[in-house]
Amino acid sequence: MAGISLRQAGKRFPKGQVAVENLSLDIADGELLVLVGPSGSGKSTVLRLIAGLEAPSSGRIFIDGEDVTDLPPQQRDLAMVFQNYALYPHKSVRENLAFGLRMRGMAPTAIDERVSRVAAALGIDTLLDRRPAELSGGQRQRVALGRAIVREPRAFLLDEPLSNLDPLLRTGTRAELALLHRRLSATMVYVTHDQEEAMTLGTRIAVMNQGRLEQVGAPLELYERPATVFVARFVGAPAMNLWSGDRGGQPVTFGVRPHDISVVAPGSGEVDGVVEVVEPLGPQTVVHLAVPGRDELLRVMVSGTQRVNAGDCVGLRWPNDRVHVFDANGGRRA
Amino acid sequence: MWVVVGVVLVPLYWTLVASLTPENRLFGTPSLLPGRLVLDHYRALFEARDFWIPIRNSLVVAGLTTLLSVTLGSACAYALARMAFPGKTLTLALVLAVSMFPQISIVSPLYLVLREVGLLNTYPGLVLPYMTFAMPLTIWLLVGFFRQLPADLEEAAFMDGAGRLRTIWEVVLPISAPGLATAAILTFLYSWNEFLFALSFAMGPERYTVPVAIALFRGQYQVPWGEILAAAMVASVPVAVIILVAQRRIVSGLTAGAVKG
Repeated sequence: MAGISLRQAGKRFPKGQVAVENLSLDIADGELLVLVGPSGSGKSTVLRLIAGLEAPSSGRIFIDGEDVTDLPPQQRDLAMVFQNYALYPHKSVRENLAFGLRMRGMAPTAIDERVSRVAAALGIDTLLDRRPAELSGGQRQRVALGRAIVREPRAFLLDEPLSNLDPLLRTGTRAELALLHRRLSATMVYVTHDQEEAMTLGTRIAVMNQGRLEQVGAPLELYERPATVFVARFVGAPAMNLWSGDRGGQPVTFGVRPHDISVVAPGSGEVDGVVEVVEPLGPQTVVHLAVPGRDELLRVMVSGTQRVNAGDCVGLRWPNDRVHVFDANGGRRA
Repeated sequence: MWVVVGVVLVPLYWTLVASLTPENRLFGTPSLLPGRLVLDHYRALFEARDFWIPIRNSLVVAGLTTLLSVTLGSACAYALARMAFPGKTLTLALVLAVSMFPQISIVSPLYLVLREVGLLNTYPGLVLPYMTFAMPLTIWLLVGFFRQLPADLEEAAFMDGAGRLRTIWEVVLPISAPGLATAAILTFLYSWNEFLFALSFAMGPERYTVPVAIALFRGQYQVPWGEILAAAMVASVPVAVIILVAQRRIVSGLTAGAVKG
């Protein structure tokens, strides 16, 4: 296992669009780093730069301190799990798993032994003689994981590996992935657009937006101290409430998380609002309120036992130390 | 639909019946139901005419053309579909342009070239000219086919440590079987049926292909219709067999990329 570093890496495509700009990032040995961002933010390109499937237009890439910028993917000894799994359709599950070992010149008996061991660990040992077309989505996903694990690579690169699974299977597999990461103590770089997946899986999270890193940090660090308006909006569900105002004559953006707002009697809070939509989730309820003078509805998270009805007029209160303040231009935390 | 099938099949049926009808009754009162059937024409074809020679020639020429154009064509097509190099679009356009010339307009120059290099009346003398229409066909068909293959598969193979050639051999080619089969079959059929080049570049009966041999059956005073029809039946056999065996593949190969699978 190995650490991975990007130094001022950039990727500009021939037609001129910039996918990644001047990105420096260190991924520690054994860490599960989640690259998260909306589509088009460049997160997949970063993964492909690490993999060697794209060559950077600028900057260097290191694996274990070794400069691999000019090495082709074959020589980087990394394994990748693709979003659509990319299993070889004409090969059996066994051959899919064995292919990478065969390409590295491993002896057939050793390959058999390792394939069986990994297949058993993933619970796909009964599927070894099937073709990918005969597998369910969840099984294909396991085979794709198995094909990566069996190689015992220096690091794993995962490109939205759960996005093609149905929601129930997704949460289950997510937990398994976390377990797998702990057991293998492997370096993993995990790309997703789902902030919840990022929060639950990552040792650290790197939030990307328009080809740049917005913030890198532990999940709760991002949640509690978002460095930019973008991170504040992106991390945490429901999203943080943001509104513009001014502080000491400076234009700023204020932000308060829905969890930090409590519903009180009208007139006794910071502002009053009218309940527009109530979304009961069970243990908690999301309430959307119209506040005079604001375009966006204010989101508030209340306990599931609290009775709130559409049309109610309520007061809203939040502690002063839970207010996030950002520069109005640039969006950096003030 | 049955009307269309009928219209297509009647001449074929007529050919079959006539090829089995004795010569002296060929021009008698035509009847849809055959009377006495004989194999005379077929016997004459293979004994007196040595029809095995044109069949062998056609098989060699069409087979070699198919083999070469699919091997070389798939390599070209892969490069054109997947690699980045300058002048790619121009290359594709040129390849297409080559196949645009009317055959009749290049027969004479090709004849002169072949005579100059001493390839008249040889197998290469037919295979090479056939490549001029077989290669563009193969390349265009396969470029389209390779482009619609998911790039992820090849990238997965790269990550697994396979080089470009290994990836083509172990991943791209096996999953391209429908496309390759389509290209091979179409090339074979075109080469098998080709007439103009074969007539112009084969000088003697020992190099005649099937269509040329049939055309030259007619003597100065009579046309041996029975034998011509028998030969036509024989010539159709490989074509029919190929189509029946491979029709599913041809259809899936021709429509691949048109509809996302």
